[in-house]
Amino acid sequence: MQDLTRVDEIVGRYADTKTPLIYILKDVQKEYGYLSDVVLTHIAKKVDIPLSEIYGVATFYSLFTIKPKGKYVVRCCNNAPCHVKKSKEVLEAIKSYLGLEVTETTECGTFTLEFTSCLGLCAVAPVMMVNDEVYGNLTPEKAVAILKDYKMKGQSNA
Amino acid sequence: MDKVTVTIDGIQVTVPKGTTVLEAAKQVNIKIPRLCYHPDLPPVSGCRLCVVEIEGDRLLRTSCSWKCQDGMKINTKSQTVRSSRRMALELILSRHPMLCTECVRNNNCELQSIADQLGIRETRFEYSARPGGIDDSSAVLVRDPSKCILCRRCIQTCELVQSVSAIGLEGRGYNVWVDTPFGKGLDDVACVSCGQCINRCPVGALYEQDHVARVWAALDDPTKHVVVQTAPAVRASIGEAFGMSAGSLVTDKMVTGLRMLGFDKVFDTDFTADLTIVEEGTELIGRLTNGGALPMLTSCSPGWINFIEHFYPQLLPHVSSCKSPQQMFGALAKTYYAEKAGIDPKDIYSVSIMPCTAKKYECQRPEMRDSGYQDVDAVLTTRELAKMMKQVGIDLPQLEPGKYDEPLGISTGAAVIFGNTGGVMEAALRTVYELVTKSPLENVEIKQVRGMEGVREAEIDLNGTKVRAAVANGLANARQLMEKIVAGEADYHFVEIMACPGGCIGGGGQPIPTSMEIRKKRVEAIYAADRALEIRKSHENPAIKKLYAEFLGEPNSHKAHELLHTHYTRKTVYKETVA
Repeated sequence: MQDLTRVDEIVGRYADTKTPLIYILKDVQKEYGYLSDVVLTHIAKKVDIPLSEIYGVATFYSLFTIKPKGKYVVRCCNNAPCHVKKSKEVLEAIKSYLGLEVTETTECGTFTLEFTSCLGLCAVAPVMMVNDEVYGNLTPEKAVAILKDYKMKGQSNA
Repeated sequence: MDKVTVTIDGIQVTVPKGTTVLEAAKQVNIKIPRLCYHPDLPPVSGCRLCVVEIEGDRLLRTSCSWKCQDGMKINTKSQTVRSSRRMALELILSRHPMLCTECVRNNNCELQSIADQLGIRETRFEYSARPGGIDDSSAVLVRDPSKCILCRRCIQTCELVQSVSAIGLEGRGYNVWVDTPFGKGLDDVACVSCGQCINRCPVGALYEQDHVARVWAALDDPTKHVVVQTAPAVRASIGEAFGMSAGSLVTDKMVTGLRMLGFDKVFDTDFTADLTIVEEGTELIGRLTNGGALPMLTSCSPGWINFIEHFYPQLLPHVSSCKSPQQMFGALAKTYYAEKAGIDPKDIYSVSIMPCTAKKYECQRPEMRDSGYQDVDAVLTTRELAKMMKQVGIDLPQLEPGKYDEPLGISTGAAVIFGNTGGVMEAALRTVYELVTKSPLENVEIKQVRGMEGVREAEIDLNGTKVRAAVANGLANARQLMEKIVAGEADYHFVEIMACPGGCIGGGGQPIPTSMEIRKKRVEAIYAADRALEIRKSHENPAIKKLYAEFLGEPNSHKAHELLHTHYTRKTVYKETVA
């Protein structure tokens, strides 16, 4: 059973906010890593907003997630400028290195692979993000080398 | 009231300020195509089919939400408008499986008819399926997201008309879909099975669980004695499914049609509606004189029962213990009637024709087996009965009149008005008045409780004793009343709730389409049926008197309690989840 006392505490933080839902979801995701069924149901009861609506918000914003994600979330840009600079080849290399399709998470929980919309860094296209770090001027080899480093880091921290 | 004058395709029209372009166009006999607009709901402007050109405006505007302004010049048929509509429709069609012949809404589909009206013979875009699979977890409703066109009418109905919010719009952009939270299915959320979403769905993305096959099987089985009961509201609406105008009352023709289908006995739910009034009226008088939870809340509407179980379980003691007329009938068909007719109840197959989808859930409730068997075996909606008749070519509008069988087919005007919002209240007051005052009620039409407003209040004088009554139709309105009762701000004695707008005549199992205009016509038909009957008070029904004399003893007797009364269960809005 997930501990819900921290949800209560977060909901309490926004007691005076008129439209608190997104703030709550943001903080709860930070705390729990993702927005689970149990947690969202608890929020629905606390703030008296139907779960169907909360679930709609949670699935609308791409930075909210209803599934547990890996330690490192790899977000590849798939917009036009990156596409022109062969982001597809980079993505294919990442997919085969991690053994993942987009939106999947490795079994060990280290990596999740996702798309992102334009990051505004088209000058250094193609780009990807790993958590909050941005990497540009990627080639398939360069991208895999970066992920290898993360993999080692992940193992040593484990 | 302020008026504005606009010109639509060269025709001048003056309308009240605040009128939308779509409504104004209707006044000059132009029906602008639309898919997401529904007269019961606020406009969403999502389908983009109702776009029009407004002189001096750079963009096309959605006429369902765009308000008329004085002097506005509107073009509803320019080349830009036509090609824009066509593009929007082709894009919608590109995500709709063209399986019309397999679809429950074939020939009654707004998308199909608009595609025809706009002359779509081919589409430029390749089909791409929508996310989400069929959800048939509920005993009542089926959702097929592959057919959904994202008009959002179901979501709005669930949230605004019924205040249930079982479904919502999930995801984003191209991959958006209507679903229950976490895709758990309707059985796992607090869906009350009212079926109002079905009535407003323009396509076949929502429909009821089909009971037609099992009813045919029973009719085909020579060992089964198949009895049928028809709810009050069905007679005022089934004609629409055969192209008759709204408000056509076809009671007698329907009886003939049911006999032609092969039912052994054609009975009337109105018989047990009368019985409900006698039982419920007696219960109310008991609570008023001996104490008991007040206000007493009616219990005839199974969508309402589902609602109170989930959302206001603390008020369950207020609910009348009377079963609904459908279930009273079911319990009697396999006991009283079986005994009288000398038929083993295990050989009786009991079918009901209902304007309602929630009745399909009600008949399967564990509480509803007091005859020793499932009291009602199958529930057909008005739509399903029309389909059965059409399957075998029965042309309802042309049929000769027929009469209900005795004894469970005899009823009064008080019973037929059960189909309307305010009807149960009025019927109960007709009986309670005479039982309390012991004097005849001069004018049986208690107009204070009639009408289509969401919540109505009335005070009725019973020779000095004042009964304060409230009536609500539509669950969002019921919720308002419940909030008042919870807050202790209500001093009613008796409250009638019907889950659907307009009452059962606007039920989730009724012919599609529905609108306030259609519901009002059905209501008029029901009141006309009441006026046409000689006996208009439930306690004067001779068959009911005989039933008490021969079988039940007296109202609220031990036997009546065993067969005709029940208690409901506390539920939660969200199932308890374990991480």
